[in-house]
Amino acid sequence: MTTRDTDWDGVRLHVVTGKGGTGKTTVAAALALALASGGKKVLLMEVEGRQGIAQLFDVPPLPYAERRIAVAPGSPSGHGGEVFALVADPESALVEYLEMFYSLRHAGTALTRMGVMDFATTIAPGLRDVLLTGKAAEAVRRKEQGRGRAYDAVVMDAPPTGRISRFLNVTAEVSGLAKVGPIRGHADTVQRVIRSPETAVHFVTLLEEMPVQETLDGIEELRELDGIRPGGVIVNMARPLALPPGQLEAAAAGALDAGQLLLGLKAAGLDDLPAVAEGLATELSEQARTAAGQEVLLRRLREAGQPCYELPWISDGVDLGGLYRLAARLRDQRAA
Amino acid sequence: MAGRQPPYLDVDRLIDDRRNRILVCCGSGGVGKTTTAAALGLRAAERGRRVVVLTVDPARRLAQSMGLTSLDNTPRLVPGVPSDSDAGDAGNGDSSGGSLHAMMLDMKRTFDEIVEAHADPDRAAQILANPFYQSLSSSFAGTQEYMAMEKLGQLRRAEEWDLIVVDTPPSRSALDFLDAPQRLSRFLDGRLLRLLVAPAKVGGRAYMRVLNAGFGVVTGVLTKILGTQVLRDVQTFVSALDTMFGGFRERADYTYQLLRTPGTAFLVVAAPEPDALREASYFVERLAEERMPLAGLILNRVQRPPAAQLSAARSLAAAEMLEAGAAPYPLAVAALRLHADRMQEAAGQRRVAEHFTAAHPLVPVAEIPAQPDDIHDLEGLRRIGQAFGSR
Repeated sequence: MTTRDTDWDGVRLHVVTGKGGTGKTTVAAALALALASGGKKVLLMEVEGRQGIAQLFDVPPLPYAERRIAVAPGSPSGHGGEVFALVADPESALVEYLEMFYSLRHAGTALTRMGVMDFATTIAPGLRDVLLTGKAAEAVRRKEQGRGRAYDAVVMDAPPTGRISRFLNVTAEVSGLAKVGPIRGHADTVQRVIRSPETAVHFVTLLEEMPVQETLDGIEELRELDGIRPGGVIVNMARPLALPPGQLEAAAAGALDAGQLLLGLKAAGLDDLPAVAEGLATELSEQARTAAGQEVLLRRLREAGQPCYELPWISDGVDLGGLYRLAARLRDQRAA
Repeated sequence: MAGRQPPYLDVDRLIDDRRNRILVCCGSGGVGKTTTAAALGLRAAERGRRVVVLTVDPARRLAQSMGLTSLDNTPRLVPGVPSDSDAGDAGNGDSSGGSLHAMMLDMKRTFDEIVEAHADPDRAAQILANPFYQSLSSSFAGTQEYMAMEKLGQLRRAEEWDLIVVDTPPSRSALDFLDAPQRLSRFLDGRLLRLLVAPAKVGGRAYMRVLNAGFGVVTGVLTKILGTQVLRDVQTFVSALDTMFGGFRERADYTYQLLRTPGTAFLVVAAPEPDALREASYFVERLAEERMPLAGLILNRVQRPPAAQLSAARSLAAAEMLEAGAAPYPLAVAALRLHADRMQEAAGQRRVAEHFTAAHPLVPVAEIPAQPDDIHDLEGLRRIGQAFGSR
């Protein structure tokens, strides 16, 4: 197996966040595939109960269990890798936690009836997050006989950017409530994993004002938390506009060379020319304006100082083939 | 192949109808809900309504566009909004003129206000200082939804506006808006909390024996999970809250009922993408189940290439032909490739929109074309509003 340098060597828990609509789940899945290539075993974990992974891989809804859902391409000489998926929900994680630590096997139903499940997983602030991050930390630390680590890497499709620092900063969240006690001990263990150099938080964004702003705010918030490491910034659905030099500004200003455009369209033998040319000119200038705005946003992202990657927009929707393409692009850019 | 056409959602008629008092914009995150709510509010104000827009988490520039600079939980008059009736009457403050107010929700402040309204000052201070209350009021996943509903109820009761446009919190699922308030109020008024405080109050003896068995397990488990100190905080919180029991559920129920009255209309906002429209479908079905009045679907960011007469295939072929030719036409090639992309995207959008309409043929639809620039001023919001006035 060849060793490649990537930007995240040594990172084993990849937390992927992003504003709603930025394609966070897609990027998390592509990253898992990219990390798995060359014979690695990767767990892709979902924590928000949307069954986004199942939809993406076109399989029936996934249970609270680790299932193999994809294989990754192998290196020229080696085996392909494997991606496992886990849909973690707080209720199951709580039942598992109680079973593991207290052998409370049948507590689940009684607790549900009394409203304790509701309380513990949705209302008791922070507890829900500890249970979910706890599951990820457990998978990262898990050992398998004869193999060492059970997983080479864990990729978590995490909550959106606006909630990420609170989600990961579980100790602080829980310590507001529990200064001592069992859950506090559990939270501290989880925190050691999350605050170790083995964990990085990647941000998925589009080149639009609001997701970019949230990404910058998110990076800033993580830095303030001291010990939780912001990772890469992945610009998703990028659509670069290929225009001859100097034409971008002209197009953005609505002053592109209409004569030259018309000439080209004539050469291509198109019908209905004046109207089509006018329409195309409008499209170009709209796109150029968008591109100019995006350039500014991209600069702001780069100034944040984290590595930036770009994934192309896939015009016919992301299917499994598209995921592999995105995974390859992530590897090309050394994100994995 | 022409897909089935949905009925047209006449937004102007909706906002002009003075019987409509509340418009709720819902939908999954990232579909432009807040912008749509702001654009609706502005258009309604300029057509003579006295409007307040309740936003939860607006983008900075959007907030600025409405003159909102701080999250202060108070409706502020948006400057620079002329009303239709301005020309006709010179008087200011005339009730026939429209106006636009906007506010950002401060959920903690709103929660504090409920406590202050329901408890005497000493007790209120005690609750506000409780660590469990502080976590609950600032970070519980459903608090934002609950407080948005509460604020809506307050604005409605104030009778200062004749149209309230609500932008629902940015949750992963549009349904959280309906479910979270009830979940929280069920908890606050529920059996578990009463048990934690004073099991003896709950009921007769026989009932108690059954409950006590469960209760032992419950406190045992909670102690195991949280530790005794947390439980003590919760108990202190609950006993301080004792006088307010019932109040939470009543308030949540009031707003829930408000959403069912004829003066309320729901607008489901979605981008023409599979995820957003799937979420929109769930919401449409849920509204029907709850007998809540759906006005229609607003499809945001619809791709409408101006040169639509030129097909994607033809455009790509032309680009390839030019590239293979002797003379370079880089500008034309760029234009043709871009156009092919946009046509493909438009076709994809139409496909998912048709799927939605096939499943919900009676739901009226209005479209907002994709905007080349971010919206950062009233002019931008106005442009979006104009899309409602033209088919």
